[in-house]
Amino acid sequence: MIEFRSVTKRFADGTVAVDNFNLVLPSRKTTVLVGTSGSGKTTLLRMINRMVDPTSGTVEIDGADIGTLEPVKLRRGIGYVMQNSGLLPHRKVIDNVATVPMLRGLTRKKAREDALLLLDTVGLDRSLADRYPSQLSGGQQQRVGVARGLAVNPNILLMDEPFGAVDPIVRAELQQELLRLQRELDKTVVFVTHDIDEAFLLGDQVAILRTGGKIAQVGTPAEILANPADEFVATFVGAERGKRSLHLENHGHGDVLVDGDGRLAGVLVGAPTTQDKAGPASGPGASAPGVEPR
Amino acid sequence: MTWVWSNLDFIWDRTLDHLLVSVPPIILSFLIAVPLGWLAHRYRVSRGIILTVVGLFYAVPSLPLFIVLPFIVGTSVRSPLNLIIALTLYGVALLVRVVADGLESVDREVRQSATAVGFSARSQFWQVELPLAGPVLLAGLRVVAVSTVSLATVGAVIGAQSLGSLFTDGFQRGIQSEIMAGIVATVALALILDGILVLLGRMIMPWTRPQAAVVRRAAELKRVAA
Repeated sequence: MIEFRSVTKRFADGTVAVDNFNLVLPSRKTTVLVGTSGSGKTTLLRMINRMVDPTSGTVEIDGADIGTLEPVKLRRGIGYVMQNSGLLPHRKVIDNVATVPMLRGLTRKKAREDALLLLDTVGLDRSLADRYPSQLSGGQQQRVGVARGLAVNPNILLMDEPFGAVDPIVRAELQQELLRLQRELDKTVVFVTHDIDEAFLLGDQVAILRTGGKIAQVGTPAEILANPADEFVATFVGAERGKRSLHLENHGHGDVLVDGDGRLAGVLVGAPTTQDKAGPASGPGASAPGVEPR
Repeated sequence: MTWVWSNLDFIWDRTLDHLLVSVPPIILSFLIAVPLGWLAHRYRVSRGIILTVVGLFYAVPSLPLFIVLPFIVGTSVRSPLNLIIALTLYGVALLVRVVADGLESVDREVRQSATAVGFSARSQFWQVELPLAGPVLLAGLRVVAVSTVSLATVGAVIGAQSLGSLFTDGFQRGIQSEIMAGIVATVALALILDGILVLLGRMIMPWTRPQAAVVRRAAELKRVAA
């Protein structure tokens, strides 16, 4: 479990990136921090491995204040995946994955053996092991990045917009891979993104941030979608416009779901459990396709 | 040309002398420039001071330096050590800035990600920053190698044997082909050292060649698509 306790970060130039932030990130769940740029989401993520230290307040991992831990040692025990993979361009794929285990003292031979298995885990062909990162596609590089993040078998995996720089098709593929991995590996994942669809797809818990690292709303995707805390959240998740505001229309042959722009979104399978007309997003099947609460 | 054929031994000996006074400065200046360049790169204050002071070395004219150096360092006037020290100074003058710039050129994101996965400052310097600065360092080292080989000829004026001796000797005795031989041999030596550095670079930094592989891969893809 990761816990932020009244964390504030004021940078040297006076900007307040995070202001009195409190949040509990449950173990073995994916928590997504979502917000626009300037919402402090990356700063928050980097506080978990002490890339950034809070100005005041504490961050705790399983009850221990990480401010008392040695940063380098702490980081070697936490997986980190970033945008543009952050791979070392002068090391082969296999050595990139083996990097951190070797820093922790594993022999090169053993680290490389483990690394090959990890390539399998993230769905990369072993024939890529001897390539340099620049010889891979963007999607492949991100997979290597994930393999590297998993290399020390960490309990915690930090992901900083890891799929932000790849094209939409590859992104969708990587998102499904991450869901699969998470089902198999059960890590505590902290995921930062500005994409609300990605947040709802991947997050067990989603924290929507507004400028200055303030929480606008925390909850499961369904909770947020069904009950946006305020105007800001409603606009951010798009509940009031476009594809998330669905309503039923009767077309003679039966009911169909239509979104805010009048496009067909699908059909309701099974009758709604409640008959109230409170809102378009209140039934069990009423959240947008692919956003089933897990 | 007959002079050259009958004096091959002499030319060869001077070539060896030349290597003896020019290779150590190339290596030494690199070893000295790395920590200085790191200091210049690491702290803003030291950057200004170090780069200015070191840059001034280069403004010192070589001939007076060769003559003054023995009195400062306490070596004998005709010792090749003077030449080695002087050439090292010039090499350092060039390389410190190169090292600082090279370390500066390392991608910020790569550096941050190295920190994030748990490199300590020391291991990050040796395993990430220095190797990634490699291509820039190599470019600087090549300049230093060539300029050191050519500067070393000046040593002949103060009596340190080198290919420069072919100039002084040829000039005194009025042998044109000896002077020509000296020039050609110096240029050849510079080119050979440069070539060795390029080869070394390719061996130590194989990742700097992926361009070829990328082209090959693109061609492969095209063939598959066709």
